[in-house]
Amino acid sequence: MNKLSASAKVYLIIVFIVLYAPIFYLIFYSFNSGGSMNHFESFTLEHYQAVFEDSRLLVILINTVIVALLSALISTIIGTLGAIGIVTVKDSKMRNTLLSLNNVLIVSPDVIIGASFLILFTIAGIKLGFTSVLLAHVAFSVPIVVLMVLPKLLEMNTSLIDAALDLGATKKDIMMRVILPYIQPGIFAGFFLALTYSLDDFAVTFFVTGNGFSTLSVEIYSMARAGISLTVNAISGLVFFVTVLVVIGYYFVTSRATKRTEGQQ
Amino acid sequence: MQTKTSKSALFPYMLWILFFVIAPIALVVYYSLLDLHGNFTLDNYKAFFTSVYLKMTVSSFWYAFLITFFTLLISYPTAYFLTKTKHKQLWLLLIIIPSWINLLLKTYAFIGIFGLYGPINAFIEVFGFDPKQMLFTDISFIFVSVYIFIPFMILPIFNALDRLNPTLIYASRDLGASAFTTFRRVILPLTMDGVKSGIQVVFIPALSLFMITRLIAGNRVITLGTAIEQQFLVTQNWGMGSTIAVFLILFMVVIMLITGQKNKGGRVR
Repeated sequence: MNKLSASAKVYLIIVFIVLYAPIFYLIFYSFNSGGSMNHFESFTLEHYQAVFEDSRLLVILINTVIVALLSALISTIIGTLGAIGIVTVKDSKMRNTLLSLNNVLIVSPDVIIGASFLILFTIAGIKLGFTSVLLAHVAFSVPIVVLMVLPKLLEMNTSLIDAALDLGATKKDIMMRVILPYIQPGIFAGFFLALTYSLDDFAVTFFVTGNGFSTLSVEIYSMARAGISLTVNAISGLVFFVTVLVVIGYYFVTSRATKRTEGQQ
Repeated sequence: MQTKTSKSALFPYMLWILFFVIAPIALVVYYSLLDLHGNFTLDNYKAFFTSVYLKMTVSSFWYAFLITFFTLLISYPTAYFLTKTKHKQLWLLLIIIPSWINLLLKTYAFIGIFGLYGPINAFIEVFGFDPKQMLFTDISFIFVSVYIFIPFMILPIFNALDRLNPTLIYASRDLGASAFTTFRRVILPLTMDGVKSGIQVVFIPALSLFMITRLIAGNRVITLGTAIEQQFLVTQNWGMGSTIAVFLILFMVVIMLITGQKNKGGRVR
């Protein structure tokens, strides 16, 4: 029963091949000296060189990273404070309302988030560009951080806080030396998820970006609409490389963090 | 816990809820009642019930249904076999990694793969068939969408299967049930929650896709999402766009009620 049959193995292998084929197909042709994704002529790094020589593309890349880091940082702060706040709400009706409102942006389709934020920013008189994109990314990242931090807070034993109080700790001490270290893995996970959502987002950004400011996703969309350009392939090669690095980094950080909390207990 | 400090911790979060959760929904509802000149009207709602928009809604649902169906068809066995592998968490991670690669890039890859001179046509030609234009067809649109959604469907089903107590399966076998009966009467009902949340995270985004329709279906397929994007960014008719958005939100709520809300769901773009 626990052994996989040969046909099951073949099925899994096919699924894996189909999942990875398009990605490797892109990366493979990023080394093609020909101009298309059809015939492989010879190996070249010229498309990677083109990415690094295109100053416009580099600006977009830097924009994307800055928006991701800033929005992840801000949303981690708001989300962590929010989660701490939610835990203290004793009224269960109120708490459930907060949690439902928290999940609205997680289940909403991107198109609706994008369109409604476009109306919001226009009415509020916020110029479409860096600010609007940053605000939008903070907005949709906050609930993710809350969902990552909340379970850590709920599993925390309240007697830890009572003990700290008995030992004469101030409010600040409790926050900095009891609560925050305990929920740290949740905060890290929230930050990383916010980061990846921001880097990945296309639909919401597309609505609130306006002219003149662009992120990588939006830029790839306009390049793809114009037709095949092997520069996009080179970008995908770089993105895949960075993604794998982030995945490895994320697992390294979280496994170390969990080990540390386990060690404390 | 100290209530005072904690209440002030809640302050920025409450501001976020007010400005980015409540206000946007209220604004969409408000704008759905405005015409092009900013006058109050119910014309947008009337327009939605004309054949143009009704047809679009029905076809949007049909495509979303097909996409969800095929995604489920492929994902369930995959999740099932995955739980039987030796290093299942590692294999699961390998399934999830492609979902972290930018959606645009994966879609872009299919422009090359399905193209007239792409690998699939080259493969067909080996067997003596003429190359066909596969891009801009319904099948390519559904294929790419299913490809995008597979990891999001596998994850909840895998978790449900993983939680399943294996002794129940042994018991069913001992009592003489065939493999198929065991699956139908024991495994499937007990993993229904996973299937439901899988359907939820695929069906709602499938209704609102707009980027894949543009790049792969070449504007042939109009989903509710495409229509909203069109009204907001191309025709600049925010009123009508908001009306479609209101209906999309209503459909979303209905789908969530049907599929249950025990699981938190996820984001797919």
